[in-house]
Amino acid sequence: MIWFIKNSVTRKNLMALTGLFLSFFLIVHLAGNLQLLLPEVQAKLQYNAYSQFLGGNPLVILISFVLYACIILHTVDAIYLGIKRKKANGVSCSKDKRGRASTWYSRHMMALGIIVFVFLVIHFKDYWYRYKFGELPLDENGNKDLYTLVIVSFEQLWYVILYVIAIVALGYHLLHGVFSAHRSIGLYHPVYNSIIKVLGIIFALVITIGYIIIPIFIYINHQT
Amino acid sequence: MKIILKIWRQKNRQDKGEFCDYVLEDVTRDMSFLEMLDMLNNKLVKQGDRAVEFDHDCREGICGQCGVMINGIAHGSLKNTTTCQLHMREFKDGDTIYVEPFKASAFPVVRDLKVDRSSLDHIIVSGGYVSVDTGQAPEANNIPVTYEEAESAFDAAACIGCGACVASCKNSSAALFTGAKITHLARLPQGEKETASRTMAMVDQMEQENFGHCSNTEACQVECPENISVLTIARMNYEYNRAKILFKK
Ligand code: FES
Repeated sequence: MIWFIKNSVTRKNLMALTGLFLSFFLIVHLAGNLQLLLPEVQAKLQYNAYSQFLGGNPLVILISFVLYACIILHTVDAIYLGIKRKKANGVSCSKDKRGRASTWYSRHMMALGIIVFVFLVIHFKDYWYRYKFGELPLDENGNKDLYTLVIVSFEQLWYVILYVIAIVALGYHLLHGVFSAHRSIGLYHPVYNSIIKVLGIIFALVITIGYIIIPIFIYINHQT
Repeated sequence: MKIILKIWRQKNRQDKGEFCDYVLEDVTRDMSFLEMLDMLNNKLVKQGDRAVEFDHDCREGICGQCGVMINGIAHGSLKNTTTCQLHMREFKDGDTIYVEPFKASAFPVVRDLKVDRSSLDHIIVSGGYVSVDTGQAPEANNIPVTYEEAESAFDAAACIGCGACVASCKNSSAALFTGAKITHLARLPQGEKETASRTMAMVDQMEQENFGHCSNTEACQVECPENISVLTIARMNYEYNRAKILFKK
């Protein structure tokens, strides 16, 4: 078992698999959130009903636990590898120009990850926690009114800005992460690698734009 | 031309080390980088000072012995070139050049620009070979190898083990080196048979030598004198996973 914990190839596998699952989740989450862009009355009822459905479905609950586990494992693994990296580096170069050989975001996955993580904590606290454990008013159909909670938060400019920054960080994280994950689990065929690289870029773009549109749309729509 | 050198001087493994400044006046464009260092050493020895120690052997770009950080880049800024094949025409009159040893925990500095790269040897010793007696050179056509396979194995075998990949990697990972060795042997019928046990042994050794992990920044391939493909790392990961899941002794 020790090899599994200690070995950096397996640790990178774990990083890759949890990362890919989280990436997959981003699609589902985005699809759900895009309902916020519907006309207001319809959006409210539909979005709240959707949230209610997710909260009550045993399969979704099961998947949500996998999701929490993935977030924790991905984070713990990052910390472990970060420490490993520090140890392996030794004394650094006095004049360091190594950056020319790689993209900045591929070298700063940790920093980007930290931004995303901090955002996740805020995100969980503001929506997930309040939805699950807080007192929320009910809508016309008797579902908890998550919709209004979301709309009210996105009426504040600072919140929209915070959200956009986090999503851009996430976008860069994905830009490197998606293709890197496939390499880590061993996709070595050059053709599939080029395909994955292009798909990874498209994926990162779609996710970034998709998530950014929502708060901006809501913010602009609710300016009076 | 005139070159100002800032060279890392370190007496031994324990010494802290520091940059020392030297000025060379008569450097010519046709000198190789190592010849320029020879010139400096000549001057130092004549003055009664200790020569700057650095590794080198073939000076033809094929042995992998040479290798220093030149202005913060492994083997200098000219791509796909070893330090010995770098020439002074890449620099301008009056340039200041920083010369440092490759830095990584797995490469302790022995003296000045010389580092101990035995950690790479240990990886090879752990499994980077075929464990059959080859005897005399066999008839080349006895074992059929397709042209493509031979070429791709050779692309990986071109690794000269200089350690620039480790020095260029932000994680000080030896994944490109190990991946190249594993891919080289996995592509050929003689080496293929032992791929599983070899990969596990070499990856485990890589761990023990205190190298970092690979995060696919691909800097190693860019700075590699032989332009070894990063896909050899993916191949190593694949072979390792396959071995861990399927291999039984
Ligand atoms: S001295 Fe042999 S490669 Fe440079």
